[in-house]
Amino acid sequence: MISKRSVQFKIYRYDPDRDEKPYLQDITVELEPSDKKLLDALVRLRAKDDSMSFRRSCREGVCGSDAMNINGKNGLACLTDVDSLVQPITLRPLPGLPVIRDLIVDMTQFFKQYHSIKPYLVNNEPTPERERLQSPEEREELNGLYECILCACCSTSCPSFWWNPDKFVGPAGLLAAYRFLADTRDQDTNARLDNLEDPYRLFRCHSIMNCVDVCPKNLNPTRAIGKIKDMMVRRAI
Amino acid sequence: MNVAKRTFDAVIVGAGGAGLRAALQLSESGMKTAVLTKVFPTRSHTVAAQGGVAASLGNSTEDNWHWHMYDTVKGSDWLGDQDAIEFMCKKANEVVIELEHFGMPFDRTDNGKIYQRPFGGHSMNYGQAPVMRSCAAADRTGHAMLHALYQRNVRANTQFFVEWMALDLIRNTDGDVLGVTAMEMETGEVSIFHAKATIFATGGAGRIYHSSTNAFINTGDGVGMAARAGIPLEDMEFWQFHPTGVAGAGVLITEGVRGEGGILRNASGERFMERYAPNLKDLASRDIVSRAMTTEINEGRGCGPDKDHVLLDITHLAPENIMKRLPGIREIAIQFAGVDPIKAPIPVVPTCHYQMGGIPTNYKGQVVVPKDGNSNVPVVGFYAAGECACASVHGANRLGTNSLLDLLVFGKSAGETVVEDFESGTLSLKPLPADAADASLARIARLESQTGGESVFDVGLEMRRTMQKHAGVFRFDQLLKEGVQKIGEVAERAKRTEIADKSKVWNIARMEALELDNLIEVARATMVSAEARKESRGAHVRDDALDTAENPNGRDDANWLKHTLWYSEGNRLDYKAVNLKPLSDDVKPIALAKRTY
Ligand SMILES: Cc1cc2nc3c(=O)[nH]c(=O)nc-3n(C[C@H](O)[C@H](O)[C@H](O)COP(=O)(O)OP(=O)(O)OC[C@H]3O[C@@H](n4cnc5c(N)ncnc54)[C@H](O)[C@@H]3O)c2cc1C
Ligand code: SF4
Ligand code: SF4
Ligand code: FES
Repeated sequence: MISKRSVQFKIYRYDPDRDEKPYLQDITVELEPSDKKLLDALVRLRAKDDSMSFRRSCREGVCGSDAMNINGKNGLACLTDVDSLVQPITLRPLPGLPVIRDLIVDMTQFFKQYHSIKPYLVNNEPTPERERLQSPEEREELNGLYECILCACCSTSCPSFWWNPDKFVGPAGLLAAYRFLADTRDQDTNARLDNLEDPYRLFRCHSIMNCVDVCPKNLNPTRAIGKIKDMMVRRAI
Repeated sequence: MNVAKRTFDAVIVGAGGAGLRAALQLSESGMKTAVLTKVFPTRSHTVAAQGGVAASLGNSTEDNWHWHMYDTVKGSDWLGDQDAIEFMCKKANEVVIELEHFGMPFDRTDNGKIYQRPFGGHSMNYGQAPVMRSCAAADRTGHAMLHALYQRNVRANTQFFVEWMALDLIRNTDGDVLGVTAMEMETGEVSIFHAKATIFATGGAGRIYHSSTNAFINTGDGVGMAARAGIPLEDMEFWQFHPTGVAGAGVLITEGVRGEGGILRNASGERFMERYAPNLKDLASRDIVSRAMTTEINEGRGCGPDKDHVLLDITHLAPENIMKRLPGIREIAIQFAGVDPIKAPIPVVPTCHYQMGGIPTNYKGQVVVPKDGNSNVPVVGFYAAGECACASVHGANRLGTNSLLDLLVFGKSAGETVVEDFESGTLSLKPLPADAADASLARIARLESQTGGESVFDVGLEMRRTMQKHAGVFRFDQLLKEGVQKIGEVAERAKRTEIADKSKVWNIARMEALELDNLIEVARATMVSAEARKESRGAHVRDDALDTAENPNGRDDANWLKHTLWYSEGNRLDYKAVNLKPLSDDVKPIALAKRTY
């Protein structure tokens, strides 16, 4: 049984309207027995200090809003058990992206890379009356790819993305690229591979695997990246 | 405060399933369109939908739209408008196939078609046996759908204003709608979005209840804005309590679990739904199952130390099948209930889930209000679709999978109507009144200067508790009467909320205070409409209107076969007729009957 307990935090604070520079704030929060997830604790904290800012929506790990750096590792607040964390719990915004305020980062660069891989199905054949057929095995190829919630935990834990966020597509974008390459209904394979055949866009990935380690949906961008590289090699011979 | 003005052909508020589907229609027609959304589009709550989207494709069992229409009318307890229901069920195959063409990763049958599963209240041959009608992508259908729609909008170059919160609807003295005011979260700046057409697709307001499957952002903003601007709200007493929210957490466990063979059990392990719905059992419609569960719990047959929940059991299903068809549910059960459903049953309770009522529209997505003796006169320039709208296809109780369908059909239809009205020259850019932004600026100024007020958190909590206690699964005359009084008091307190954070940048405190204004409109509408409706119908069941020979199930068609219209000003109620006539001659009206499953 979880009872009422107090939990200690160190939280990155920065409000450009007020603060000259960011600082880490020590905060203690009294939790109710029903507060189980880190997000519950943050909501409880906000009832005391309404200036503490972070994004959140679904509270069940599907919307991708509340990604943050939790004790040094990226994750979703709503899927993290408070009691599993070493105190003081240190919370920082996702690394490598400009901070707007407190735990809120500017995701522009992240979405720019996602958009750069043409994240939509391309099929120029006349539209059939009914669904395009796909066998269960062909559909299975999309498992582990389509479930991405665009939380950016992966890309913001990737050193290659930190150094070249404008040039390297990053794990989330590449996972999405492979999601369309792997779809039997998509006809844009060559253009998609051309789009990535570049010293930076794809090949900055050095298989460091940070991305796999942090993905809250247990997806494996490194494997997807490897498969794209395979397709490139196969195309070349 | 300086108010910038931006001009568009059309502005859409909301980028969930309904908003994105409407946006596609406008972007592809070349209209200059702005889509405003509080969150990045794929973070809209459509992403959380699990079980599926209804269409009578007949891929696994025989099916047709007549059966679907019958089920929907019956599910609505005859409060749904039969023209809109015919329209939706007829269009279902088209919009679902379209979605597949957009790239939606539906699961597949062995012969490569879209996979379909059974769902509550959907039947074959007018109620005889469950039918496989719910088109699904594992138990992540909403996620797959929302992403596919967003991706298609990327292709169509739709212009999004992400993390912009619409504040108020702008109308002129004729009542025409001219756009909205909105605040950019990052800067706190307020702008006017001036447009020929405004489409609301802001989703539901499940956050008026304490225990809810809804996201934090589901605060009924569109509904609140409409109410403040003098638009009546339709059928707000009807709220769906989903039978299977994780006990304590509220997170949803899809009905698809029961579609795949899951069984509800009470403390003695009994499959109690056999007593309440001999034919469809665990797959009876949601209001019936939620009430059965509540009865089991109230009569002492609940599970756990406090006997406060029942169990959803899938331990008899093959683990491979659970991993394949219900992988997300397994994750949710482990995360939020602490049990692996392959090994142990999941504790569940009925949880507030879906708002059947909303902004009144017709099947074309036009917002309609009473005027000069006609109950359904379109408001010039105003359209709505999705959970914030009431077409009304769900009537007094929505069938599972009919909402995602509603988003596709009426999102598209609202978009098409705007394009038609635009091309025929019916829409024009009307001059903005000088005070167009005043109401919004005054709300913000009040928050800036309020002293000695109350915290948004406390007032919000009081509202949610009041709703939960006074307008829950079962409703009692005395509690409703007190509820009207109490929610009125909470509404007064909400006028004096105070925030400590005065920053311009990403000020969530201000956002939550502004959202509370909207939630309060929804809560008042719900309580007042519910207190007034002296019968039981669908999700609205009162202790003083029970099953009699004259009024089966407590439903009183002689007096109450009508839609409620609630006006914010003065808490005034009005009513309008239900449309019992289908749209075409292809189908006969579905005659009134007692609902049994
Ligand atoms: C957990 C869960 C599971 C469900 N499963 C199913 C299912 O399997 N099948 C089914 O048919 N139905 C299901 N439903 C119901 C269905 O998912 C919802 O009714 C539907 O997704 C609502 O879609 P929408 O487009 O109307 O709104 P939403 O998807 O909620 O989107 C609302 C949009 O409006 C925006 N918005 C709101 N207010 C403002 C504002 N003030 N300014 C700017 N933007 C604003 C938001 O940012 C968001 O983009 C489920 C619901 C829940 C909660
Ligand atoms: S495997 Fe590649 S993408 Fe993933 S973290 Fe390492 S370098 Fe980045
Ligand atoms: S791959 Fe995983 S970590 Fe990366 S954005 Fe998608 S869900 Fe988040
Ligand atoms: S709040 Fe949606 S993922 Fe955590």
